[in-house]
Amino acid sequence: MSAPPVLECAAVRKEFRGNLVLRDLDLTVAEHEVVVLIGASGSGKSTLLRCVNLLEPVSDGSIRLDGEHITDPAVDPDRVRRRIGMVFQGYNLFPHMTVLDNITLAPRRVHGRARAEAEAQAMGLLERVGLADKAKEFPDRLSGGQQQRAAVVRALVNAPRLLLLDEVTSALDPELVGEVLDLIRTLRDDGMTMLIATHEMGFARQVADRVCFLHDGAILEQGPPERVLGEPAEPRTRQFLQRIIDAGRL
Amino acid sequence: MTEADRPGGEVYRPSELQLRRERHHRRQTRRSVLVAAASTAVVGVLLVVAVTGSPGWERVHETFFDPEEAWRALPEVFTGLLLNIRLLLFCAAGALLLGLVIALLRTLRGPVFFPLRALAVSYTYGFRGAPLIIVLYLMTFGVPGLRLEGTPSVLVLGGIALVLTYGAYIAEVFRAGIESVHPSQLAAARSLGLSYRKSMRFVVLPQAVRRVTPPLLNDMVALQKDVGLISLAGPIDAIRAAQIATAQSYNFTPYIVAGVLFVLMAIPLVAVTDWVTTRAARRQSAEGAR
Ligand SMILES: Nc1ncnc2c1ncn2[C@@H]1O[C@H](COP(=O)(O)OP(=O)(O)OP(=O)(O)O)[C@@H](O)[C@H]1O
Ligand SMILES: [Mg+2]
Repeated sequence: MSAPPVLECAAVRKEFRGNLVLRDLDLTVAEHEVVVLIGASGSGKSTLLRCVNLLEPVSDGSIRLDGEHITDPAVDPDRVRRRIGMVFQGYNLFPHMTVLDNITLAPRRVHGRARAEAEAQAMGLLERVGLADKAKEFPDRLSGGQQQRAAVVRALVNAPRLLLLDEVTSALDPELVGEVLDLIRTLRDDGMTMLIATHEMGFARQVADRVCFLHDGAILEQGPPERVLGEPAEPRTRQFLQRIIDAGRL
Repeated sequence: MTEADRPGGEVYRPSELQLRRERHHRRQTRRSVLVAAASTAVVGVLLVVAVTGSPGWERVHETFFDPEEAWRALPEVFTGLLLNIRLLLFCAAGALLLGLVIALLRTLRGPVFFPLRALAVSYTYGFRGAPLIIVLYLMTFGVPGLRLEGTPSVLVLGGIALVLTYGAYIAEVFRAGIESVHPSQLAAARSLGLSYRKSMRFVVLPQAVRRVTPPLLNDMVALQKDVGLISLAGPIDAIRAAQIATAQSYNFTPYIVAGVLFVLMAIPLVAVTDWVTTRAARRQSAEGAR
């Protein structure tokens, strides 16, 4: 028997007070696979990522992580979240802590590791993303791109099985986007399994193994980036891409 | 290395335009200082003339500003003030602690904690509305009236009244601070696998406390005045001492002495509050500018 996929969403439904955001959504992410979610603003990309990280309860359906049913009410969400890294859109570093403290918070307070050990690991990761000299700075002293890279490192310290990235480049100036993209490409080459929401089609093209177009709360079309972004089958996808081209974002 | 002697670069010389601008600014500054000094002098003179020229000034001067009386009352009033200071320290610590605990009780989740949450809510509702004087009378006259074994002294009871009243305000300040921390911070903490409680403790609360320090200090300034109300219950604090001195001499100067001492006691606290507030405002604007 082959190993189950890292992530498996089956008929996931999410409703906010009568506003149906996800309707019977199915999505599978295999080990080492990078899946990129695209779709109009408000199509439910962030909501899906938050559901996967159990920050939002699903209204129906099930989500499995490595085969384990994590939307089961008996599951301890804190334990699940330790196996999932998440990087949010925008300002999600803790402003009252240095970069190093941001990163070592979970290893020390969740896993009870010694400070020295946690800091050594964090410094190694910071070194890799070129932020070692910023370890003792507070987040507000960092550029947007540096903040975002620090946030990625923070999500990596738990050695997650799955990394969720929500619009990690949308708050950045075009020059800074490159820094973050490089980092994500490195992670892909290391074999990290990722689910990424983005508006940047260029980014999607570069990192995705598979692109999923989210429309009306479900995945309307999916496939390799060249096909979905290059010659979409669905008129809706074409419409969406056309609008993005018109806005000059492709 | 300064701008001017960068290697390879020519020496920076401000343009004629810039020099003229700077001269203009200097002139403006000088003029502003002079105008401010002149208008202050005029207002000051007018005030002095209006007060000392009033028909009852002689009498007020004698009964409120008698230097001899002031000197005579000073030792007793000062001794009383030491009581106020001690009371302030204990009440401030007690009220901050109580306020924090109540605010934290209100953040507890889960049905088990319902009674604690309900207690915290009714406490803040009740004591924010209750006038301090009435709480003070209830504690210092009502409680001893029960004649229970081991009833603490009136001073302690009065302190408890202050702590209960101020604790309710302070709890609300802490709660506002906790609620002002953006929910994305809690989500980010939870996403790392931290439990709700640890997220509160390491992420939300430290940010909340930083934000509410200026308003809390302001409450401490208010508290330092209100510790004087303890005199209503009998203990000989600065105001009570002034009252006793006044009753002996039929001269109100001791009250002025007590008032001046209270203001002097407040000055350091007010200064610290101002400093912290401006610093926090600067930090906030730096955050907003990111
Ligand atoms: N906490 C919430 N309460 C109520 N409605 C919500 C909540 N969060 C999201 N929604 C609604 O869900 C829908 C999808 O939002 P979501 O943030 O998932 O979109 P998105 O695809 O990430 O959009 P964007 O590309 O702009 O980030 C929106 O209509 C939004 O109003
Ligand atoms: Mg979003």
